[in-house]
Amino acid sequence: MTENIKIRAGKLNLQYGQKHALRDIDLDIEKNRVTALIGPSGCGKSTFLRCLNRMNDLIDSARIQGRVEIDGTDIYGKDVDPVLLRRKVGMIFQKSNPFPKSIYENIAYGPRIHGVKDKRTLDQIVEKSLRGAALWDEVKDDLAKSGLALSGGQQQRLCIARAIAVDPEVLLMDEPASALDPIATAKIEELIWQLKENYTIVIVTHSMHQASRVSDTTAFFYMGEMVETGPTQKIFTSPSQKRTEDYITGRFG
Amino acid sequence: MKKRIRLGEFLIEKGIAAVSFASLGAIVLIFLFVFREAAPILTMHGDTLGGGHESISSSGDASGTGAAETYGDPVGEAESYGDPEPVGQPETYGDDPGPIGQPETYGEPESDSASAQAAAAHDSTEAMPTESVATAEVEPSEAPTKPGTVLEQILGKDWQPVGDHPKFGIPPLFAGSLKVALIAILIGAPVGILSALFTSTFAPRWAKELMKPVIEIMAGFPSVVIGFFALTILASLVQNLFGLDYRLNALVGGIAMSLAVIPLIYTLSEDSLNAIPKHYTEGSLAMGATLWETNIRVVLPAAIPGIFAAVLLGLGRAVGETMIVLMATGNAALLSPSLVEPVRTISASIGAEMAEVVFGDPHYVMLFVLGTLLFAFSFTLNAIAEIFIRQRLSAKFGGAT
Repeated sequence: MTENIKIRAGKLNLQYGQKHALRDIDLDIEKNRVTALIGPSGCGKSTFLRCLNRMNDLIDSARIQGRVEIDGTDIYGKDVDPVLLRRKVGMIFQKSNPFPKSIYENIAYGPRIHGVKDKRTLDQIVEKSLRGAALWDEVKDDLAKSGLALSGGQQQRLCIARAIAVDPEVLLMDEPASALDPIATAKIEELIWQLKENYTIVIVTHSMHQASRVSDTTAFFYMGEMVETGPTQKIFTSPSQKRTEDYITGRFG
Repeated sequence: MKKRIRLGEFLIEKGIAAVSFASLGAIVLIFLFVFREAAPILTMHGDTLGGGHESISSSGDASGTGAAETYGDPVGEAESYGDPEPVGQPETYGDDPGPIGQPETYGEPESDSASAQAAAAHDSTEAMPTESVATAEVEPSEAPTKPGTVLEQILGKDWQPVGDHPKFGIPPLFAGSLKVALIAILIGAPVGILSALFTSTFAPRWAKELMKPVIEIMAGFPSVVIGFFALTILASLVQNLFGLDYRLNALVGGIAMSLAVIPLIYTLSEDSLNAIPKHYTEGSLAMGATLWETNIRVVLPAAIPGIFAAVLLGLGRAVGETMIVLMATGNAALLSPSLVEPVRTISASIGAEMAEVVFGDPHYVMLFVLGTLLFAFSFTLNAIAEIFIRQRLSAKFGGAT
């Protein structure tokens, strides 16, 4: 079991100024599985997600203690380059954020900054990534079109394509479908199922239905603590903690 | 739920509307005024423009009496200004000694109409010879330097608006304006844009809070202060640094002008860089781009339309700014490719000469022509900026929500 652990958080604490956003989080995330983080707003699940690729570094007031290991390496170690870390750990945001460039350029951007110059290779990466994000058939004829001209669901899949174009190992998804309609959401969820063959996925979601549909493992966060984690099936049917049960049955949150 | 009349809101709303339309009207009126004063150039004949400028007193007469009258009635105007060289013009403004009669005749209403008729007759029959011969007799020296058409004159190489044979060539002034503006932009645009990029992206917060207000205060410097600084300090500095022949020249003017242009470009560029949503930055960083790559490849390109507009507006300011160039460029209307010779700009010419010029005089008209030119120039710049931004934006954000 241990060799199958991709990410391991140990005693992770995070403070924004005075606010203690994460308290002693211990969580193991398995390789090639979908792990869902659920919990009410402000419980720290997005914050935790952003710890996994050090996006919280951008916030001046954030202070972090504890360990996050990816493949056994502490990513908050002194000699870890966050830029290289983020190549390995991609992220998809709540609000789809394609760059104001063409579809092609949106996807070629990542490989380009990582040194791919050959046009043919880039073409291949673009096609592969778009296929990987189940978007190729819809946009293959107008790759020169602005990424912002796509629909909301397509934009979000474009962002997924963009993220997988740099060949990461982990994909972090911060409520990727919260701004989408049910059909687009279904497509994204289907895509998540496909992606887990190649990637380790951590997804934050507000929708418990979504968590139960897409995830293998679920972790319940509440007030900055990780209350309970376990196989999704178990969490949703027989949670061991009272708070989890209350949340899942809709008594609060 | 009965309908209520909100009188206060209604009045305030209408008041605001009136004020904003008034500002629009003021701009249109300014343009109409400038254009109206410049309009005589269209009907003016070559000799009126450059055919010998008299002493102030006689042209003062002309403008005081004759011009005023002729301005009054369109026919007279067309005749007195519009008609060929030898008849009205050299007489009115022209040769001092020869047609002593002319200014006088203009003074008298009867002879005015008489001369107008005569002029019309001359005009139609082309019966000039006698008159022109007379002129030639009076001033033989004028014959070889006979001014060309209005167009030829204003495209001439010299701007010497005062003297017996004034020359109103715009090219040296235009070149002067262009030189100074280009130097100002070449210095100001990189500095302004790079500082904007620094403060809006890389800078730690304390640097941001220090730089932004300081540069924006620079925008409030009175240009006469910048001009004074350039005149007293910068000019010597530049001269010693480059070992120049002339203390005041286009380079000094351009550098001083860049001080006026930098805050403008900085502020507008900074605004457009700040308007780029932070989630672009996050998205790029999350893909393993460095902050530098993110800013150069994502943030800067997205802000380009705004930055371009900032540069064009800066250029507009650089062309139109008067006090700095008046004080720092040496004001010699030389047409040369050199950047380290004194230049005289369009705006400086207007600023320096308007106070001395006689109302209605060709020189006066020419200054307004220059004004119109400036106006047209900045209007074109703004129009280009606008069109460019629209196209870029629609190409980029086409279909965006």
